[in-house]
Amino acid sequence: MSDTIFREYRPSDAERSDRSAGDRLRHREKVRESIRENIADIIAEESIIGKNRDKLIKVPLRGVKEYRFIYGENAPGVGTGDGNTQPGQVVGKAGKEGQGKGDGKAGDQPGVDYYETDVSLEELIEIMFEDLELPNLERRTLREIPSDLSSKRKGYRHVGIRVRLDKRRTARQRVTRMMATLRSRHHQAALPAADASAEPPAETAYNPETVPTPPPVAVKKRFPFHQDDLRFKHLETDTREDSNAVVICIMDTSGSMDTMKKYLARSFFFMLYQFIATRYRNVEIVFIGHHTEATEVTEEEFFHKGEAGGTFISSGYQKALDIIAERYHPSLWNIYAFHCSDGDNFDSDNPAALRTAKELCEVCNLFGYGEIKPLGSRYYESSMLNVFRRLDAPNFQAVLIERKEDIWPSFKAFLSKDRIKEAS
Amino acid sequence: MANYEIAELIDWDARIREKAAEFGLSWYPQEFEICDHNGMLGYMAYSGMPSHYPHWSYGKSYEKLKTLYDYGVSGLPYEMVINSNPAIAYLMRDNSLLLQILTIAHVYGHNDFFKNNFTFTSATRAELTIETFKAHALRVRRYTEDPSIGIEKVERILDAAHALAFTCRRNLSIRKLSREEQVERAIEQAQPRPDPFQRIHPRAEFKEPETRRVPLEPDEDLLLFIRDHNPFLAEWERDLLTIVDEETKYFLPMMETKIMNEGWASYWHKKIVESLKLDQGLHLEFLVRHNQVLRPIPGQINPYHLGFKVWEDIYRRHENPTPEEIRKYGAPTKSGTEKLFEVREVERDTSFLRRYLTEELMRELDMFEYEARGDELVVDKVSDEEGWRKVKETLLKNVGTGWIPVIKVEDADYGHTRTLYLKHYHDGRDLQLEHAEKTLAFVQRLWGHECVLETVLQGKRSLLCYNERGFSMRALK
Repeated sequence: MSDTIFREYRPSDAERSDRSAGDRLRHREKVRESIRENIADIIAEESIIGKNRDKLIKVPLRGVKEYRFIYGENAPGVGTGDGNTQPGQVVGKAGKEGQGKGDGKAGDQPGVDYYETDVSLEELIEIMFEDLELPNLERRTLREIPSDLSSKRKGYRHVGIRVRLDKRRTARQRVTRMMATLRSRHHQAALPAADASAEPPAETAYNPETVPTPPPVAVKKRFPFHQDDLRFKHLETDTREDSNAVVICIMDTSGSMDTMKKYLARSFFFMLYQFIATRYRNVEIVFIGHHTEATEVTEEEFFHKGEAGGTFISSGYQKALDIIAERYHPSLWNIYAFHCSDGDNFDSDNPAALRTAKELCEVCNLFGYGEIKPLGSRYYESSMLNVFRRLDAPNFQAVLIERKEDIWPSFKAFLSKDRIKEAS
Repeated sequence: MANYEIAELIDWDARIREKAAEFGLSWYPQEFEICDHNGMLGYMAYSGMPSHYPHWSYGKSYEKLKTLYDYGVSGLPYEMVINSNPAIAYLMRDNSLLLQILTIAHVYGHNDFFKNNFTFTSATRAELTIETFKAHALRVRRYTEDPSIGIEKVERILDAAHALAFTCRRNLSIRKLSREEQVERAIEQAQPRPDPFQRIHPRAEFKEPETRRVPLEPDEDLLLFIRDHNPFLAEWERDLLTIVDEETKYFLPMMETKIMNEGWASYWHKKIVESLKLDQGLHLEFLVRHNQVLRPIPGQINPYHLGFKVWEDIYRRHENPTPEEIRKYGAPTKSGTEKLFEVREVERDTSFLRRYLTEELMRELDMFEYEARGDELVVDKVSDEEGWRKVKETLLKNVGTGWIPVIKVEDADYGHTRTLYLKHYHDGRDLQLEHAEKTLAFVQRLWGHECVLETVLQGKRSLLCYNERGFSMRALK
């Protein structure tokens, strides 16, 4: 019988043979694809709205689950006990796939399949907007101002101002110079002796312990810092041309806006904000709540405070116009305004609403109106959509949101207005 | 952590082989490869194959194994052996000397099993394993790189083929009859039987045997059936189906003999290591490790444990049967060792457990049957006087390939619309509906026409359909 062969472990081989790399990559692509396909559902899930960007979100994966013909729940199993098992005893939790295959080894049998993965909100938003295939949004030259708020550290220089002196590097530089000087002195001293056992100079330079004791005079002598030793941190201001944007969220807070309607509105605002934030460096957000009168409110109040009373939509628009005039001049700011309401406006206010909406269209990059009518309610309530049909500004879009599934399509529709404008 | 040199392992290997030969084991030449945890994870993802065709599911499997390993949920196996000639085994570099000794002995047990058990010898050709897998990988890569095919199309077929791969014949040592042979058999069966009282009996009416139907007899090899009967598949698509089917059939014997095989290897590693006369330190470590591997896992079946117990029991009953056992099973006619080697050659898990798992042993192992009631798994029967038969029956249904529902192709032209009619041979266990729906979609993808699956759901015969309009379901009378 031939001899057994032992192949020894070689780290170089192990490093080279990352054989599953290609398949892992393909799997990740599949995961991403699966997320993209289900993005509308995922966004509609309540849990992600208003979360912080680093937060991990569990995303169900449909495309990467592997299916086979398998048995369902009424398949009994067999196990071994501790010697005293009685009928009726509970031995585990049901509902897990692969239960009862007591097989601690990597097997040939499919076990529990995972169909959820963690994705950060950041990544999710990236995928979301990848899907939109949006062009660069319109930004007029005037609105581009160099944002030099941030500066990045970039290397070290010989000259600089005092506050940026890097003491550590400077000290190190001095030591290096000192060692070099000592070595050259020592070298010169040793040269005539031609000592064969002298250590190579390179080594002495790097290892202070093996430095042969230099002549005492050299040590005693002061070795001050020199101009050449100084090292300064170099900062570069980030002069990327960047622009400001403001998102104005206007919401009807009248009595007719219930929690569901507010939630739908909130989802929309959330996406709008996230999207704008990926495109502009400096994004501000303004919340305006209105019933018959409008007030600027905080985010908390905006989403949670319910008010009673009727609705004058024009009041909200007027407030937005006031705020724009006061703080966000259109020549410096990209303005995105969006209004969510259930469309239950007092008829007498409609002409005023139309007029102020027109004015808003003139100052905003995009202005949108979302009418929130949970399914079924649209037949008996009045609608602003008919009124706004008369408003034909290219950067205006009115959408109807009936369910959470509508949020994504309406969002796309809203942003597509911008695209059309660019094309023209 | 590693406290050994390769030279030591070579030395121990020689001693182990000497002992194994003394015990009567016979094996293919063995090769060991020392690898680190990354290498092991890689091999695990690809079922131990040094070369394997690429598919994203292996990437997924790797990620999963790695996550479980990194978070300490599951460890790594001490070894992996593949059924090939020469047999290749991977040893974890970081294992201690004792673990390597134990593992090497264990590997020879597996190797002997691969070489001698009928499921392997009749269905796989060990000397071609490595080359076959390499050729498969080459072909799949070629299709992927072919500009007229590409990865998307290849995956479309492979995804579907993987979903259906296990819907195939179980016992590969039974030869599949060719169409001609099936026709011949049908005609033969239709012949009137010789009747000595022909004169007084009315003449039996001759029924013409059905010979045109496709398939003539229900066909279990779903992938091969589609390959041979869907004329619209391209040559490369047929080839992919063949590749997946061949790989599945390579792995089937492993599934069919999981308990026997692990038990056998554990039985022999114990015998061999004990005969090596290790010094005390190593021996104590051996006891610890051995018991870790062979411990019963409460509520589950540990194939190492169960297999080992049955092998040990077979040996004991042939060497020192109790008087009661002689009364019950008859006096042994063979020595324990003879019996062991015979059983190792001619059984697979189902038959092995049916024949050699005795009522007494079941009671000793405290085997029970559980079923889902609401959210909980509740013990239904234990191995007492009344219950043990039922428990054993359920066990037999779950071992080997018992977890795969039996589904056969009944008709390729159902209702004369080229609808593929599949039938699930219901044995009391219903199909998981979501999986059935999605998998049926894969059947339709490969078949190209409507596919229906007859099954029983909650006691009612039902027909699941999948066509271009999607999935539907109706009750059958």
